[in-house]
Amino acid sequence: MATTAVEAPIVGAASEKVTDKRVVRRRLGPGPRIPGTLWIGPVLLLGLWSLASATGVLDPRTLSEPWVVVETAQRLIADGRLPEALATSAYRAALGLVIGVGVGLALALVSGLSRVGEALIDGPVQVKRAIPSLALMPLLILWLGIGEPMKVITIALGVLIPIYIHTHNGLRGIDSRYAELAETVSLGRGAFVRHVVLPGAAPGFLLGLRFAVLNALLALVVVEQVNATSGIGHMITLASSYGQTEIIVVGLVVYALLGLVADGIVRFTEGKALAWRRTLESH
Amino acid sequence: MATHAGESLTASEGPAVRVEGLRRSFSEAGGVLNGLDLTIERGEFVALIGRSGSGKSTLLRALAGLDRSVSGSGVVEVPERVSVVFQDSRLLPWRRVLDNVVLGLSGADARARGLEALAEVGLGGRDQAWPHQLSGGEQQRAALARSLVRDPQLLLADEPFGALDALTRIKMHKLLENLYAAHHPAILLVTHDVDEAITLADRVIVLVDGVVGSDIRIDLGATRSPGDPRFASLRAQMLAELGVVESVEEEVA
Repeated sequence: MATTAVEAPIVGAASEKVTDKRVVRRRLGPGPRIPGTLWIGPVLLLGLWSLASATGVLDPRTLSEPWVVVETAQRLIADGRLPEALATSAYRAALGLVIGVGVGLALALVSGLSRVGEALIDGPVQVKRAIPSLALMPLLILWLGIGEPMKVITIALGVLIPIYIHTHNGLRGIDSRYAELAETVSLGRGAFVRHVVLPGAAPGFLLGLRFAVLNALLALVVVEQVNATSGIGHMITLASSYGQTEIIVVGLVVYALLGLVADGIVRFTEGKALAWRRTLESH
Repeated sequence: MATHAGESLTASEGPAVRVEGLRRSFSEAGGVLNGLDLTIERGEFVALIGRSGSGKSTLLRALAGLDRSVSGSGVVEVPERVSVVFQDSRLLPWRRVLDNVVLGLSGADARARGLEALAEVGLGGRDQAWPHQLSGGEQQRAALARSLVRDPQLLLADEPFGALDALTRIKMHKLLENLYAAHHPAILLVTHDVDEAITLADRVIVLVDGVVGSDIRIDLGATRSPGDPRFASLRAQMLAELGVVESVEEEVA
């Protein structure tokens, strides 16, 4: 294909008379970033939504008007329903996350540091990995009923896998020369784990944590729609049966905020905990 | 030189290192070390040179106790406190410099001793830096501080200056000389560099095919210059041992 050759005079500045005799190539990449463009799409969408609602094109029974959603959110906060549901949901997700992270980390350490542990743990975890956590829910309901333990354990199971996989991977990626150094300065097992293994596996662990947080949220949404009597999911399910789209939208926005905040916290922690790294990210 | 007696060695008045009939092999075909005998007196500075594959590193790893998965036999006796300096500084990138220096040390005064060691190698004030913020030479200084803070009776150094540029290496030679004068551990320095060996050591051992090829005492006094004719003749002797044709050396000179 022929290159489009342009005889382009240099634009601007004092050199307007100078004719550029080069062949200026057509740009193939997307070019430099335009500031603020991240918000154009969402704002446009919001504008379309408002326009469609105001002109009556969009039936409020299909999707409530944006201002009604905002009013509803204010009302739900004022009468305490939203804070209460949010507290319940956040507690469930946090508890499942803590249990899942603890178990996943412990399994990764045992499996990563001993061949016996690897033989016992790695296989079962890989098998579990092939079964989506949510597919285990019918069995968990049968065993644990539909109460809180079932919900928390379903979330924990979803969290455990990415924590295990990424921590194990990070741990096995630690340079063996550091283990040799630890031997020459006579570190014990505990000190070796504390000074070499945990910090060395931290980048992997934190990556796993980012996946884990999103998994926890996904599991939260699903368990709350199964026979829940409290939480954001319950609020949405109830609104769905009464056709209150404005409450459903509020619930979805809260889920989105939960996800964004949790991911932000993990990324902030990552930046702090991995200050020792000199990578493309930091320089 | 070995007059400075280590106080904790009073029980055994023997040499710092005693190796007898050491054999190590990585395969059935042939050994890397073939019945090597070596004695290093307490406080003696020994340099070990040899061609690639002559078994230098294998010997050092045997003395450091890092050769678990190697088959072999022989007697190895080393003192209680052995420190190792590797070719790479091997600082943990996720620990600050001082934490690297005192790694594995316990006791209330560990950090104070660490700071002292850092000042001694010329890194005073850099204790809270991350390892990647140090230059290659500074990283190796930190590694030396990490070895010295353990008050070693034997310091094993595996080509510690091999990855440094020529100017930095000269500075590091001076530093090692000063540290040796101040602490007087027995030192086994593995090196490729014949000049480095003659400049620093009391004795140079040339390793050939897994045994001691020659054991040369360096009696050049404290200040050694490559311009000294005795320096040149020692160097020619060692290069010949290593199989380097001498005429090439002369052409270059």
